[in-house]
Amino acid sequence: MRITALILIRIAWLAPTLAGLVAVAFFISRIVPSDPAALLAGETASRAHIEALRQQLGLDRPLPVQLLHYYGQLARGDLGTSLFTTRPVWDDLSTRLPATIELTIAAMIAAVALGIPLGVVAALQSNRATDHALRFVTVMGLAVASFWLALMLQLFFAMDLRWLPLQARITGFPPPPITGFYVLDAVLEGNFKRLGNVLAHLTLPAITLAVPALATVVRFTRAGVLETLQRPFVTYQRAMGIPAGLIVWKYVLRNSLVSTVTQIGLLFGILLAGAVVIETVFQWPGIGAYAFEAILHSDYAAVMGFTVYAGVVFGIVNLIVDIFHAILDPRGAA
Amino acid sequence: MRAAPAIAAKLLRDPSAALGLLIILLLVAVAVLAPLIATHPEAVWDMNPRHRLLPPSETYLFGTDRMGADIFSRILFGARITLTIAIVAVGAALMIGVPIGLISGWRGTWLGETLMRVSDIFLAVPQIVLAIAISQTLGPSIENVILALSVTYWPWFTRLVHAEVRALKNETFIEAAVALGLPTWRIVLMHVLPNVLSPIIVRISLGMGFTILTASALGFLGLGAPPPAPEWGRMISEAREFLPEAWWSALAPGLAIFLVVMGFNLLGDGLRDVLDPRIRRGNTG
Repeated sequence: MRITALILIRIAWLAPTLAGLVAVAFFISRIVPSDPAALLAGETASRAHIEALRQQLGLDRPLPVQLLHYYGQLARGDLGTSLFTTRPVWDDLSTRLPATIELTIAAMIAAVALGIPLGVVAALQSNRATDHALRFVTVMGLAVASFWLALMLQLFFAMDLRWLPLQARITGFPPPPITGFYVLDAVLEGNFKRLGNVLAHLTLPAITLAVPALATVVRFTRAGVLETLQRPFVTYQRAMGIPAGLIVWKYVLRNSLVSTVTQIGLLFGILLAGAVVIETVFQWPGIGAYAFEAILHSDYAAVMGFTVYAGVVFGIVNLIVDIFHAILDPRGAA
Repeated sequence: MRAAPAIAAKLLRDPSAALGLLIILLLVAVAVLAPLIATHPEAVWDMNPRHRLLPPSETYLFGTDRMGADIFSRILFGARITLTIAIVAVGAALMIGVPIGLISGWRGTWLGETLMRVSDIFLAVPQIVLAIAISQTLGPSIENVILALSVTYWPWFTRLVHAEVRALKNETFIEAAVALGLPTWRIVLMHVLPNVLSPIIVRISLGMGFTILTASALGFLGLGAPPPAPEWGRMISEAREFLPEAWWSALAPGLAIFLVVMGFNLLGDGLRDVLDPRIRRGNTG
């Protein structure tokens, strides 16, 4: 019962939090009196034209009214029109979304596939040389500036060795747009040369994005496994003569992954934040690079659209994680 | 909380924490003494076209950049910018975040709830998104970077302090203080605050590292200190167009960021082990 109540309260809070986020982003983007109407109309436009455009966009009304208007727009699922691309923001975001998801998933797979085994090894070797070495590596992974790592990888693997492409999602024509995910589309098309091309482009940005996430996964897995190893059932299983490998990789891991899974919200934040910078460096046509360009062009509708989008996704991920956590560990649900 | 000398002694016995502390002391020394250590203090801001893009040598330890400035000297002076941004931004976030966390944690009423919801708003998107938006609207300058970082970092302190205070409220010594009829401000400041200091100190150290990373990313994206300021992130972005030939101009500033952030992270981890034994990393047999 308490868990259900908690979930309902959390869902109920999601909307006001998002409304607050929209308000914050809205006022931030309007602190400086730059004129989007003048920007949109271009340098040669007459004053009357700019004025007409301003009225048409509703920019002549007071800010709170504009904000209320924007809420109404959002409620209808309308994110407005980008001043820069002149297309609906929703269309821009949905065209670019697959690129970001593809990159994020690739990074997530790399981080989890490598991070969990490394975390288990670190826990088993706790306070021995391997553990110290792994700890040093994770500290390094969290200390490196992602844009610099990106440049160094480009320098080494793309410019010097010429093993991998420098930037962009693909060389030549993209695969026929079925899902928008180039990897999937290339497979569906059955064109393996193109698939190789796509994967080669994906490698460097995915590695860059995966590094801090990997370090985080290792740390949480290590902590989780260390905690589980102390539980009585492990002692019992050991006493029963169950092989150590089976105990660790099956029973202990399963019990400690709970804490790792509840950190996925955090992981997701790292990846989303990383995408803004990394997509810019790799000319990756995702929503991160879109948001950055929009901010540089003072493209209000696009900036707001991205903020709302990021807020919704982030909010839902955190909500799911919280619910999951509350079900697994009802003690914290006070 | 135990006495400071005992904590320092424990910290120094942990090799990685000691290394972190050493790196940070080095950073501070470098920032303070930059004009004295710099091999070419005159070539930090001035154009020197004849010496542009020279590889590392005995004269120019880390090579020169596109302006002909000595990268080694620029990095030393850049340490001042980095340290200023991190100290002021984290300090401001602390000043905003801790009181709000104390109030909301102590008073579980509508005021506390509202304050927590406000901090949730700022945590609803990754920090860098709001920070980019703020520094872009206000224009590129060190002050605006500091403002953007403090405005977006305080909720981390609020959330931390809030949780700690709520847990502490049920402790008997707090109950005793309430039963004695001590004024609320006195209980909160003299009895609650000292007991939440440890996690705050840990957070400060980790926050410094995080803030330096975000600040350098803003600099890299062109939203930090305007040129010719020797800001590390901007130095890397300026080096980009001369890759791969002038690789040294991108290498050194990145290593500087890396080293400094690692210093704060190592110290933060070490402090956590010493100050917060509940989550000590190596206490399993």
